[in-house]
Amino acid sequence: MASLRAGLRSLPTYLVVAPFAIVLAFPFYWMLMTMFKEDSDLYDVTHVPYVFNPIQWRFWESATTKHVSFIFEETNYPTWLLNTAIVGGLVVLITLVISAPAGYALARLSGRWGQGVGIAIFLVYLVPPTLLFLPLSRLVTELHLKDTLWSLILVYPSFTIPFSTWLLMGFFKTIPQELEDAALIDGCSRLKALRKIVFPVSLPGLLTVVIFTFTLCVNEFIYAFTFVSSSEVRTVSAGVPNDLIRGDVFFWQSLMAATLIPAIPLALLYNAFLDRFIKGFTGGAFR
Amino acid sequence: MVLVVGVPFFWAIYLSFTDAVGGSLSGNWVGFDNFTNAWQDENFRRAVRNTLIFTLASQAIVLVGAAVLSNLLVRDFRGKWFVRFLVILPWAAPVALSTIGWLWIFDSLFSVVNWTLKELHLVGAVCWMFGVEGCGAVNPPQWLGRSNMALVAVIIVNAWRILPFAVVIFIAGLASIPTEVDDAAKIDGATGVKKLWYVTLPLQLPIALVAVLFGIVFTAGEFAVVYILTQGGPFNSTQVLPTWAFQVGINSGSLGQGAAISLYLLPLLAVVTVFMLFFARRAQVS
Repeated sequence: MASLRAGLRSLPTYLVVAPFAIVLAFPFYWMLMTMFKEDSDLYDVTHVPYVFNPIQWRFWESATTKHVSFIFEETNYPTWLLNTAIVGGLVVLITLVISAPAGYALARLSGRWGQGVGIAIFLVYLVPPTLLFLPLSRLVTELHLKDTLWSLILVYPSFTIPFSTWLLMGFFKTIPQELEDAALIDGCSRLKALRKIVFPVSLPGLLTVVIFTFTLCVNEFIYAFTFVSSSEVRTVSAGVPNDLIRGDVFFWQSLMAATLIPAIPLALLYNAFLDRFIKGFTGGAFR
Repeated sequence: MVLVVGVPFFWAIYLSFTDAVGGSLSGNWVGFDNFTNAWQDENFRRAVRNTLIFTLASQAIVLVGAAVLSNLLVRDFRGKWFVRFLVILPWAAPVALSTIGWLWIFDSLFSVVNWTLKELHLVGAVCWMFGVEGCGAVNPPQWLGRSNMALVAVIIVNAWRILPFAVVIFIAGLASIPTEVDDAAKIDGATGVKKLWYVTLPLQLPIALVAVLFGIVFTAGEFAVVYILTQGGPFNSTQVLPTWAFQVGINSGSLGQGAAISLYLLPLLAVVTVFMLFFARRAQVS
């Protein structure tokens, strides 16, 4: 009875939230339906497109997985996923090595200077890749990195490092200086205090940075699109729009499978780390 | 960092003053020619106009949507985790890929939007709204094939993608309002809409502005959404500055000219940044 009343009280909330959630999530539902459809079902305007046709209770009997297995068996899609993982992994590593000390130093630097550098880093994050891709594409060619994953691995830190430093600065600010001082008084060396006290406490922050750096890499399009032109070295973001769309022929089921598969794990990760992200983001900016 | 952002940045400025073409690192100094030539081009002026429309319209949608949604998502209700998951999806999914999803939604023959409009007998109304002639249930609108509709489609997709981000920032802003304010408002008898209007919204304003300014920066520099949906077409009617810079700088190989075009983004970004720092500081003080 009590829970029913609670449910009724949030009825207005549901009524407003539901349309938003439906509109925002609809393209993903659409991808999910499309990827399992037979050609004869998909390309028939008399069919109700929201469900599998012919309509029946055992709806999976009107569906097929052949288009999903197609992209794994007949295309470079698995290679793209692997490339994305390699690029993402290495960029995360580079980003952590540079931005963790930088973020820590900025958080502990008090006064005008530290704040100034913090703002400068923030400004660098605001320079969009669309402004830099032309000179960078030349640079990449000159360094003979064109068409290699290294071009992406070396360029991506240009936007992941400012972003991560900014986030980590926020996290480190929330760790009280007294905690370190206490460790120093108890006879820890500066380094040991960092390793034993600061590192464990900031682990959630570092993990958040790992997740968001990785997703930024998966999301990136214009660099991946201009620096790499052979299919085998593409990442998912550039590979799917380039090589799965051939001329005017769209294999929609395979395309939708290819777009939905990376989205789901990323969204789950995002959702799990959202609260931490909010804290770090506002901790850096509004403190 | 100075190396990976600073060098290309100043190089972009240098290139924009030269006649460099694809395959070379530098060119002859041509002064402001690239900047003035860009203005001569009708496509460029259209790209500037589209960038402004695209940015402002999608941010207007985002602002309203995020204000409503964030105020509801801070409440507790059953299934909140799942709703939040659905809401965050567009921001978490790789943009180049989810835009392909929209490409299919706006398909010329099998568009689900058109199918639904047809079932609801609304095709005629939509055609009338966009001033499309000779279109109806038999000949449904081509969303990506007509210039005004394509621009609307691009704006919708971008707003759809930025909205979750704005919601997240808004929630952060709401969370930073101390509970004492709530209690004080309650004692003073402010409830419901009154409280929202006089207490919550004014307190939320600084961080809301930060979210919008971020959105402007992301949108003005957006490439993937426009490029994948329309490639700037039909007939360059949806070109924005980044896609036009790509068209000129990479496809036509006029590196210097392309760099000049993308640099036209700078004044816009500079204004936004000044505002952002101003409001970030104000939020810091209060």
